[in-house]
Amino acid sequence: MAKTLPKVDVVTVGVGWTGGIVAAECTKAGLKVVGLERGKERGTKNFANVHDEYRYAIRYELMQDLSKETVTFRNNRKQQALPMRQLGSFLLGEGLGGAGTHWNGQTFRFLPYDFKIKSITDKKYGKNFLGSDYILQDWGMDYDEIEPYYDRFEKICGISGEKNPLGGKRSDDYPTKPMKKTPLLKKFETATKKMGYHPYMMPSANLSAPYKNQYDQNINACQYCGFCERFGCEYGAKATPEVSVIPAALKTGKYEIRFNSNVVEVLTKGNKATGVRYMDSVTGEEYIQPADVVVLSAFMMNNAKLLMISKIGTMYDPSTGRGTLGRNYCYQIMPGATGFYDEQFNTFMGAGALGECLDDFNGDNFDHAKLGFIHGANIALTQIGLRPIGNNPTHSDTPTWGAEFKKESIENYTRTLSVGGQGASIAHKENYLTLDPKYKDAYGVPLLQVNYNFTDQDRKLHHFISKKCGDILKQMDAKKVEVRADLTDYSIVPYQSTHNTGGTVMSKTPEDGVVNNYLQHWDCENLFAVGAGSFPNNSGYNPTDTVGALALRCSEGIIKYSKKGGSLV
Amino acid sequence: MSNDNHKDISRRDFLKTTGIATGTLIGGGLIGGLIGYNSKKTAAPSKTNQSHSNKTSETSQGKMFFTTDADFNVLAAATERIFPKDDLGGGAIDLGVPYFIDRQLAGQYGSNSKEYMQGPFHDGSPTQGYQTRLTRAEVFSEGVSKLEQEAQKRYKKGFTDISDKERDVILTAFQKDKVKMKGVSSAFFFNLLRSATIEGAYADPLYGGNRNMEGWKMKGFPGHQMSYINVIEKEGFQKIAPKSLGMH
Repeated sequence: MAKTLPKVDVVTVGVGWTGGIVAAECTKAGLKVVGLERGKERGTKNFANVHDEYRYAIRYELMQDLSKETVTFRNNRKQQALPMRQLGSFLLGEGLGGAGTHWNGQTFRFLPYDFKIKSITDKKYGKNFLGSDYILQDWGMDYDEIEPYYDRFEKICGISGEKNPLGGKRSDDYPTKPMKKTPLLKKFETATKKMGYHPYMMPSANLSAPYKNQYDQNINACQYCGFCERFGCEYGAKATPEVSVIPAALKTGKYEIRFNSNVVEVLTKGNKATGVRYMDSVTGEEYIQPADVVVLSAFMMNNAKLLMISKIGTMYDPSTGRGTLGRNYCYQIMPGATGFYDEQFNTFMGAGALGECLDDFNGDNFDHAKLGFIHGANIALTQIGLRPIGNNPTHSDTPTWGAEFKKESIENYTRTLSVGGQGASIAHKENYLTLDPKYKDAYGVPLLQVNYNFTDQDRKLHHFISKKCGDILKQMDAKKVEVRADLTDYSIVPYQSTHNTGGTVMSKTPEDGVVNNYLQHWDCENLFAVGAGSFPNNSGYNPTDTVGALALRCSEGIIKYSKKGGSLV
Repeated sequence: MSNDNHKDISRRDFLKTTGIATGTLIGGGLIGGLIGYNSKKTAAPSKTNQSHSNKTSETSQGKMFFTTDADFNVLAAATERIFPKDDLGGGAIDLGVPYFIDRQLAGQYGSNSKEYMQGPFHDGSPTQGYQTRLTRAEVFSEGVSKLEQEAQKRYKKGFTDISDKERDVILTAFQKDKVKMKGVSSAFFFNLLRSATIEGAYADPLYGGNRNMEGWKMKGFPGHQMSYINVIEKEGFQKIAPKSLGMH
């Protein structure tokens, strides 16, 4: 029998970037907030021994314990979905700060084009350019509307950057200067300028200088130690939820975080949420936390799963195309090329968001009329700090083990450079999330089922961008260039990206999505779901800037709702 | 491909009848190095071992997972083929990779404690990844005894007694999924073995591999450095002496 606790104003499910921002904003506005985090507490103090590739990057110290919960996966509806038994393609976060603790810190704004992708595509290339299997929709919020929230999130983080010459309008500069332009980055800059492109320094949440944000939180200057992605920062020099926002919320005295608290259901009465039911994973006790407002601020997969389990909203059905919950699951395409050199580079140094990049082949910055795909990729050369277990570059025809492999992988470790793109992902009717009929998590709740495969759009985009990456490396004087092989079927085995999006998308009308542009659920006015799940399509960038901006928008919605109730749009 | 005569022999019988014991392994550069780690009283240690002897305590050479030297030596010989000694530096054995793997198999990695291990189990497609009910420890146990069985079947000798070339033929058969294993494919075992070997060569020495940071030295990776802020803008390659977490 679950124990019912005293009611609070706001309960958030998960305490990462979105839960942390909602907590900081809502407590500042006087609301009492409880954050339920299924993982443990952690912070800068825990990362003194973090320069350990094996523990953190290979054995995934900071990631989700799959023995308790995972997802199932299949490429298409004819297959039997099977559990993802070990982490691979994407790395689910767990613990205070969520994936925000171990992110690289690449903090891009999406393009104005992303928010109006359907109207722009229809207008420029004609209706049905991609065919009826793809789901294109405008976001219900345009770039000008989201811009102030981008600006605020970038100021919460102290982002180090310079203006993207091909990006949307900015109301202000980045709060700190770009990171160091190293010889590698200069090499990319010189080559791409010669090609007529528009390179700029990647916006970074690893800061170029110490910074104090508007919550009075200090973020330190990055030391370029090369241990960012999959690691926590021992210097407190990466903007993370536990460095930048959570202490501010705690300081108000109106915020409580409960750890080891795994939410299993959103409770409803009529068309309102009454609270959540959760399990204490240490004691096994079950609790009900009543709240005036429930916020789903977990990873996008868990947000979708909780709505499905709690039967809130209409499940998407791929055979009829009806329903919205679980629809628009998108991922990211990773085109690129490798250049081989005789000279050695300092590839082991770096920071998660140390890079030079360009958007000449992103969004609709180039003509797609004859290409058969839309959107594109941000193309970058990064110097994030390559580590020796995970980086063994060889030519594609070299054996994967033995004498030749050893010699080449050792030699090439400091003698190869990669230029890569983060390819946008467009929703397709067969790529969706649902509940698995067979497999369950440690609490007896069905696992989320991921149905996903690359589409023709993805294959064409990948081929096109990979070639562009190869051309840049040739201009950078690589003695040999290998372009990544064309896409085949999506596999859940090799790591690709944790930029999974969709499933609980925002929309202009209730028919087109799960939440409105305040991230308020269309069918349940005191329930908010925020995160990358809200994206109707994924852009050619990292998602966190947009996730942060939406969390600020969501916070504004919650505060508005707590004053006057009702639908906010 | 399976050989019923061998399949029916229990592992204990098999090891007894093939006479695999440390004593029979002396001879051949590779095995010499291997013996040097197993027992300080046998054969003269290789040069690499001598240079390590001050740093490598006896306690770091015990086995936590493998119960017989024979199995351990098969594993060691296989890892050495994946990451062989050459003019660049030590191979898997010199780096202590077999000990690294032994320790990993005895812990969380071997028992799959962070993996989803609930049934039902189906093979699935390769894009769906790990689908065996076996833990990594079980996969390694079976894989190592299969390596030995294959050597016996093909060459009538133990895996540690055949030539490098013959070992490569067997490992390639595993990689290409031409060997029948129970509950898991031989390609799956091979990939696990390959990954674990590379991990042992380059993980921080605190895990028992990458002895004396020799893996890092070969590769030019400086390990655990507090900061590169003062050198990252410099032109040219920076040679930096590596540091491990234990030197922290």
